Amino acid sequence: MPALSPELREKIKAYIPKYPRKQAVTLPALHLVHDELRTVSNEAIVEIAEILELHPSEVHDTMTFYAFFKGEGEKLGTTRLWVCRGLACMLRGAYELIEHCEGKLGVHCGQTTADGKITLEFAECIGACDGAPACLVNDKHAMNITPEKADALIQELKLK
Amino acid sequence: MPYEPVLLARINKPDSGRLEGYRADGGYATVERVLKEKKPADVIAQVKDSGLRGRGGAGFPCGLKWTFLPKDHPGPIYLCVNADESEPCTYNNRILMEKDPHQVLEGIMLACYAIKSQKAFFYVRYEYGDAFRSLESAVNEMYAAGLLGKNILGSGFDLDIVLHRGAGAYICGEETGLIESLEGKRAWPRIKPPFPAIEGAFRKPTIVNNVETLACVTQIMTRGIDWFKSLGVPPDPKNPRDAGSYGPKLYTIAGHVEKPCCVELPMGVTVRDLVEKHGGGVWKGRKAKSVNPGGLSMGYVRCDAKLKDSDLTEYDIPLDFNGPGKVGCLGLGTAAVTVIDDQTSMIDVLHNTCQFFAHESCGQCTPCREGTGWMLKITDRLRRGLGRKEDLDILIDVGDRIGIMPGTTICGLADGAGWPVKTAIRKFRDEFEAAIKSGAKSKYAKSLAVAAH
Ligand SMILES: Cc1cc2nc3c(=O)[nH]c(=O)nc-3n(C[C@H](O)[C@H](O)[C@H](O)COP(=O)(O)O)c2cc1C
Ligand code: SF4
Ligand code: FES
Repeated sequence: MPALSPELREKIKAYIPKYPRKQAVTLPALHLVHDELRTVSNEAIVEIAEILELHPSEVHDTMTFYAFFKGEGEKLGTTRLWVCRGLACMLRGAYELIEHCEGKLGVHCGQTTADGKITLEFAECIGACDGAPACLVNDKHAMNITPEKADALIQELKLK
Repeated sequence: MPYEPVLLARINKPDSGRLEGYRADGGYATVERVLKEKKPADVIAQVKDSGLRGRGGAGFPCGLKWTFLPKDHPGPIYLCVNADESEPCTYNNRILMEKDPHQVLEGIMLACYAIKSQKAFFYVRYEYGDAFRSLESAVNEMYAAGLLGKNILGSGFDLDIVLHRGAGAYICGEETGLIESLEGKRAWPRIKPPFPAIEGAFRKPTIVNNVETLACVTQIMTRGIDWFKSLGVPPDPKNPRDAGSYGPKLYTIAGHVEKPCCVELPMGVTVRDLVEKHGGGVWKGRKAKSVNPGGLSMGYVRCDAKLKDSDLTEYDIPLDFNGPGKVGCLGLGTAAVTVIDDQTSMIDVLHNTCQFFAHESCGQCTPCREGTGWMLKITDRLRRGLGRKEDLDILIDVGDRIGIMPGTTICGLADGAGWPVKTAIRKFRDEFEAAIKSGAKSKYAKSLAVAAH
């Protein structure tokens, strides 16, 4: 069984005409796969490389440059919760918030809760400093996050 | 008279992101007129004569950059829109994209017409999901209305805009790092020359511009040169190389203020006015100890340090392209102002700063890769109360040696890593020395979450 479904392959192929070279579809392809499968396995890398006429090592090289992607043997939870540790957030309680979330979820940054619901991460400035301390829920900003608001957010995410 | 915003004029309107609303406010009338009445060279001339300087951090004159493209090139020529906006504490591009995407998109149309490009790649940092979706629906509206695609408005001009998402790396904001990332490779900045205008994306002539720069292009083509030059600061007559600081600017205020916000003002507002009048003052009735005037790379201001031959202090510097440089900072940067109150340790602030650059160095140049790592290690030692007397001079030495200015690295990330270190230690040496002497620990010293990386 291939790692990528026919639908996922079609979605990747649809990006090809937008760029003068197929290699430029590497990041869009990695995002599509990562979003859906919550990881980019070695098999998926080989299949992406086939579609883009690259060597798998080229896709792997690009992927691992961006610490963003989870590779073989790692898997994202249902929701990825990033807590910003940038300066504007630090000045308004980000370090305390990171500790609070780690305690609440029982994991360190970079890890996923045992029920597979939430992957906790720290982030460098996420550009939401007008709402510091800020979090990113997958790719959406959550602003002015007090420990109480973090608890409510976590409770909501646990139900997803 | 309070200043009436232009770039932000539409952001609080309901449905400010929709084509219909933008059109109702006169949107796309400018590009329609320009396509009918003006030649590409006229657009370049108008932008050049307005004195617009890039808003992405370097302040390079925009129209002049456009003239660096090879003459009569057969094409393709590309525009890359830099929406990586990852300089810590900066968020003005986000507001433009989320709330008024069409203003930026009209600027892209005008820029592409001027530089004879039929394709723009819009590189948006991954963390800006809402901005991305707002742009996506705006671009779809444009195709449906015949504002993108082939033979736009019957003018014979073709243009496609491709939205492209990043993956959480600061270095993708450096223009050649952005290009490498767009091409599907690791975002290793390229050695220059060749500059992108000669050999850029996919090895073709390419212009890279910031989102706010392009929003300014829309307004300059709509309102004219005289309007733009009526705002801001003219060139310093004593400095023949100063191109002036004309036009409106989006300033973002963050950190220890009552009201963190993004405001639009004519270039040249002072730090003090920005914080006191627009940011609601320092929070909790405290005093400002230090300010980062333009994104972490620019370094630190010491608010109580007197300026030479004057009653004013560093808190009173104007935020134009020259202001921060007068007090030893790298420049205006992204005009993102972060306030640090008098109860905060500069050691914690500097450790946080070093943590960022060590995390984001792309690792290609040894002085940057190793230097940012050392600076983090040493500042971590300082915050654990284990600092040594010689540490401060080592930090300054590393800061002085890494970067394109001393000539040891490929890109400016390393200069940006060095500047905050040099300025913080030179300006707050008393505080750093006292901490080393007493062995005082930071209140965060035990915080594993942050120390682990
Ligand atoms: C490390 C580094 C990061 C940068 N990040 C950004 C960024 O996020 N956005 C941006 O517009 N420019 C950034 N720049 C500046 C770009 O290289 C480039 O000068 C700019 O996009 C040009 O656009 P402008 O002339 O319209 O300002 C960065 C530069 C460096 C050295
Ligand atoms: S200066 Fe630093 S970030 Fe820039 S190319 Fe060199 S190693 Fe990479
Ligand atoms: S520092 Fe956290 S969003 Fe900018």
